[in-house]
Amino acid sequence: MQLATSIPGSSNNGYVAAAYIVFFAIVLIYVAIMALRLTRVERGLRELNERAETAAGVAPNQTHGAHEAHNPPRERERV
Amino acid sequence: MSRTLPLKHGRGLRPLSIATIAAIPLALVLVFFYAPIEAEEGFLQKIFYLHVPLAIVTLCGFVIGGLLAIVHLRTRDRQWDLRSYVAIHMSLIFGVGTLITGSIWARGSWGHWWVWNEPTLVSFLIVMLLYATYQPLRFAIEDPERQARYASVFAIVAGAFVPMNFLAVRLSSSYLHPRVLGSSSNLPPKMAFTFLISLVAMSLLFATLCSYELTAKRTRILLKARSRTLGFR
Repeated sequence: MQLATSIPGSSNNGYVAAAYIVFFAIVLIYVAIMALRLTRVERGLRELNERAETAAGVAPNQTHGAHEAHNPPRERERV
Repeated sequence: MSRTLPLKHGRGLRPLSIATIAAIPLALVLVFFYAPIEAEEGFLQKIFYLHVPLAIVTLCGFVIGGLLAIVHLRTRDRQWDLRSYVAIHMSLIFGVGTLITGSIWARGSWGHWWVWNEPTLVSFLIVMLLYATYQPLRFAIEDPERQARYASVFAIVAGAFVPMNFLAVRLSSSYLHPRVLGSSSNLPPKMAFTFLISLVAMSLLFATLCSYELTAKRTRILLKARSRTLGFR
């Protein structure tokens, strides 16, 4: 590969800009999708916590799974 | 047999993200302010520092997906299948970026968006089309165990195809495509250094996005499992 002795014409600058913009757009779109998914997970978690608290408040010892609500398995979880 | 998943979400994600956020601007600064202008292509050659690392990371991601699938078949631990899936999924996204940036480069350099008689381009497209069938195949199978097993077999076979394909292109007679790595590479030191940093930055981005995706998937799985445990769904 040879190096230029002077700066060549800038007719191809648009292609370089386009390539880098496309790349960053792809990454940005992906991150936006991930953020949307994260919002959904957070909403699900909030609902789960509310329902667990409600269930625990109504019948602490009788509600199905109430024990797990207060003592979630900390070490391992089924896939 | 179902295996279990350790609850270690997002471990190492923060340092990985910080490293990526530092490496990408550094690579961009080197590309545009440090690396010299190439004589033949001029400023257009700057696409090289984006396109080639993208292609290398994509192909390595496919191979890594295959290796992780081997571990899954050996251990039957679904965690490895999840990792293999994420590596292939991310490689597909990076692969789309490679094809688009390559196409833009080809248009600027050769005057055509696509050149069918260029073996590197066509072989990369073949690899992409092969992996485009991975997700439909995977999600066409409902039983999770079978899904993981079949997807792993596919990932291994396709992962083995990637280096063979690469070697076949290397051994082919046409050398239109510029060689970056190997004996025929003649990159000046400043360009080689910039390329190396770009490759590191791209690899870090790949690892970070894979880590984010894995963490998100594990959290969703955990959330569903907790919902079931509590008898809500």
